[in-house]
Amino acid sequence: MSLHSANEGKYAIEARNMSIYYGTFRAVKQVNLAIERQKITALIGPSGCGKSTVLRSFNRMNDLVASARVEGEILFHGQNLYAPSVDAVEVRRRIGMVFQKPNPFPKSIYENIAFGPRVNGWKGSKSEMDELVERSLRGAALWDEVKDKLHESGLALSGGQQQRLCIARALAVQPEVILMDEPCSALDPISTLKVEELMMELRKDYTIIIVTHSMQQASRASDNTAFFLMDPEDRAGTLIEYGPTNELFMAPKDKRTEEYITGRFG
Amino acid sequence: MNDPTPKSAQPSIGYLPQGFEIERNIAARRLQGTLWRNLFVSSLLIGILALLVLIGTIVNDAFGYVALANKVDPANLASQPLKELSKEELVAILQANISQGLFRRLENDQPFTERSQENVLELVYERVVQQQVIESYDLWESLTQREAIEQELTSQNPKAKLEFRSWLNWGFLSRSMASKAEFSGVRNALLGSLWMIAITVVVAFPLGVGAALYLEEYSSGSRISRMIETNINNLAGVPSIIYGMLGLAIFVRALGFFTSGSFLGLSDSNGRTIISAALTMALLILPLIIINAREAIRAVPLSLRQASYGLGATKWQTIWHHVLPQALPGILTGTILGISRAMGETAPLIVVGAATYIVTDPSSIFSKFTALPIQIYYWASQPQEEFRRVAAAAIIVLLIALLSLNTVAIVLRNRFRRSL
Ligand SMILES: Nc1ncnc2c1ncn2[C@@H]1O[C@H](COP(=O)(O)OP(=O)(O)O)[C@@H](O)[C@H]1O
Ligand SMILES: [Mg+2]
Repeated sequence: MSLHSANEGKYAIEARNMSIYYGTFRAVKQVNLAIERQKITALIGPSGCGKSTVLRSFNRMNDLVASARVEGEILFHGQNLYAPSVDAVEVRRRIGMVFQKPNPFPKSIYENIAFGPRVNGWKGSKSEMDELVERSLRGAALWDEVKDKLHESGLALSGGQQQRLCIARALAVQPEVILMDEPCSALDPISTLKVEELMMELRKDYTIIIVTHSMQQASRASDNTAFFLMDPEDRAGTLIEYGPTNELFMAPKDKRTEEYITGRFG
Repeated sequence: MNDPTPKSAQPSIGYLPQGFEIERNIAARRLQGTLWRNLFVSSLLIGILALLVLIGTIVNDAFGYVALANKVDPANLASQPLKELSKEELVAILQANISQGLFRRLENDQPFTERSQENVLELVYERVVQQQVIESYDLWESLTQREAIEQELTSQNPKAKLEFRSWLNWGFLSRSMASKAEFSGVRNALLGSLWMIAITVVVAFPLGVGAALYLEEYSSGSRISRMIETNINNLAGVPSIIYGMLGLAIFVRALGFFTSGSFLGLSDSNGRTIISAALTMALLILPLIIINAREAIRAVPLSLRQASYGLGATKWQTIWHHVLPQALPGILTGTILGISRAMGETAPLIVVGAATYIVTDPSSIFSKFTALPIQIYYWASQPQEEFRRVAAAAIIVLLIALLSLNTVAIVLRNRFRRSL
C-alpha cells in the first residue's frame, strides 16, 4: 500500500499510544505526539530517556535492531507506518534522516548526493543529475563551498561541511520529513549555527524533527518542543510535556519540565 | 622513616613505596620490562636466523660449479661447431647415432619437419653428445674451494670442463620433466600450479564471500549461524591431507565421470585432473576466505549502513554499494592467505593423484597435471645430487610465483583501499 494520500492535514506524523521495546525492556511508553507539518519540532530530555528511539521509530530505522519492537500506531498521511503492507524502504525514502556523527559515504561529494536518487530508481540524464546534485547542495547551503571539488572525497570536508553534505544527501531523495538526531553534537559553535540557519530555511519545504541535548538550540531553533523523561520506576521514557517552544520554555506546565529547563536536573 | 602502618584502629590500606623505595621499585619494574623486551628481540632474531638459513640452503643448492663431460666428442660428429649446422644436418647426425626406435619415437612426439633448429640441436646434445653433469658443487664450495675442485677434476677427469651454473635458468623454466636432472625443467609443474590456483580462486572466492555475506548479513546471530561459524573455524584447522581424502572420495571417485571430462566425450579414464585438485584446494581454503570475509564484513561501520538505509536503499543495495566495497580489502587479505596456502600444499595433491612424471602442458581443466610442490617433493626424494639442485631451483620458482601472486593481490587491495 502506498503512503501517498490526498489527506494533507495539519500533522505530518502522529504517534498514538506508542511504546517501543528492546527485547523485553520497554524503552519508551505510551507516547502520544502529533508533529506539525513544516515546523521544527525539538525532542529534548536527559540522556537515555528514549529520544533517539522515538526518532528512529519514525522512519523505521529501528527495524535494523533485531530486538526492537513498536506498539501502538505511528500515522503518516493517515497510514500506520508499521502496518504490514508498508515497506520500510518506502518509509525511509519519504522520511529522511541525519545522524549524530556525520557519516558521508567514502565516495566523492557528487556520488554521495547521487547515491540516494540512484538506488531509488531515479531516471534522467547526466546533466539532470548534475542539476539535482547542485540543487541539493544549494538546499543544504553547501554549494558555494564545494562546487569546485565535487569529485573529491566527502570525507575530506570539515565536520560541519560533512554534516551539511549528509543533509544535502537526504534532500536529494526529496523526502517530506527530515529526522535529525543531535546533528550538531559533534560540531563547533559556528558550524552549529550554520546548521541551525539551514534548518530554518528548510522548514519552508520540509517537516523537521530534531533531537537535541542543547536547551539553547531547542529554544532558538524550534517551533514545538517535546520534553521526555525516564520514568524512575520502570526506566521507560515518557513524554512529559509537549507544546509550542516558547510556551514550554516560558511557562512550563509540568514541574519536571521547569526543573529540567532551568538546569536543576538531568 | 616512619612506621608506615598506622597504629590507630583504622583498618590497614596496605603500603605504597616511599622515598628511596620509589626509585628502587621503579628500577626493578623497568628491569622487568627490559628483560621481556630482550626476550622478544631474541625470538625475532631466532626467526630471522631460521629464515636466512632456509634461504641460504636453497640458494646454496641452486647455484654452483658443475663438471661437464661429453660422452661423444662433438668434434667427431662434424667439422664445424654443432651450433652452426643446419637443421637437416643435425637430423642426419641424430639419425646416424641413435637407435631406430628412439628416432621414431621422437618423430612421433613431434615430426622433425616441424621442429626448430634449436630443438634438434638440443636433442643432439641430449641424445648423441650426451653432455653430462658428472659432478656438481654447491655455491659455498664453488666460492671457497675453487682451486681444490679444479685440481680434483683435472686429476680424475681431464676432459671434463668446469662451468658455473645457475640451476635456475630459462631452460629450467621452459623444459619439461626428464629422467636426468640436468635436462629436467619445471614448465609443466609451474603451468599446472597456475592452472590449479586460478580455478581454485575462481571457485573459492565467490563461494567464500557469498557464504560470509549470508552468515553475516542475513542469518547473523541465529543459533544455526553460530553453529556454522564454530564448524567453519574448526574446518580451518583440519589437516590438509584430510581434504585430500575428501577430494579423492568425492571429486576423483564419485564425480569421476565429470572431473575426468568423460561427460564431454574426452576419453580420459579417471578423475585425477586439474579440476579435481582445484576443487579440493578450493574446499581447503574456503574456511580461510569465509573467516576473513566475515571479519571484514563485520568491521564495516554501522554508521555507513545506517546512512544507506536512511536514504531508502534496500538491504541488497546497501550490501552491494557499501558493505562489499568497504570489506573488499579485508576479503582480499583472506584470499591472499588462501592462495599462498593452496600454492604450497602438497599432501592433498598427492592424495588426489597429481602425476609426478608428466611431460605435457595442461591444456584444459580435465588435463592430468603436476604441480610445483609435487615436483619438488619428487626431485628431493631422488638419490642423485643433481636432483637436489633442481629441487632447490624449483623451490625458488615456487617462492617467486607465490610472491608475485601475493604482490598482485596486495596491489589490488591497496588500490581498493585508496579508492575509498
Ligand atoms: N539498540 C539498542 N538495543 C537495546 N537497548 C537500546 C538500544 N538503543 C537504545 N537502547 C536503550 O533504550 C533507552 C533509550 O535510549 P536512546 O533512545 O538512545 O536515548 P537518548 O537518545 O534519549 O539518549 C536506553 O535505556 C538505551 O539503553
Ligand atoms: Mg540519542
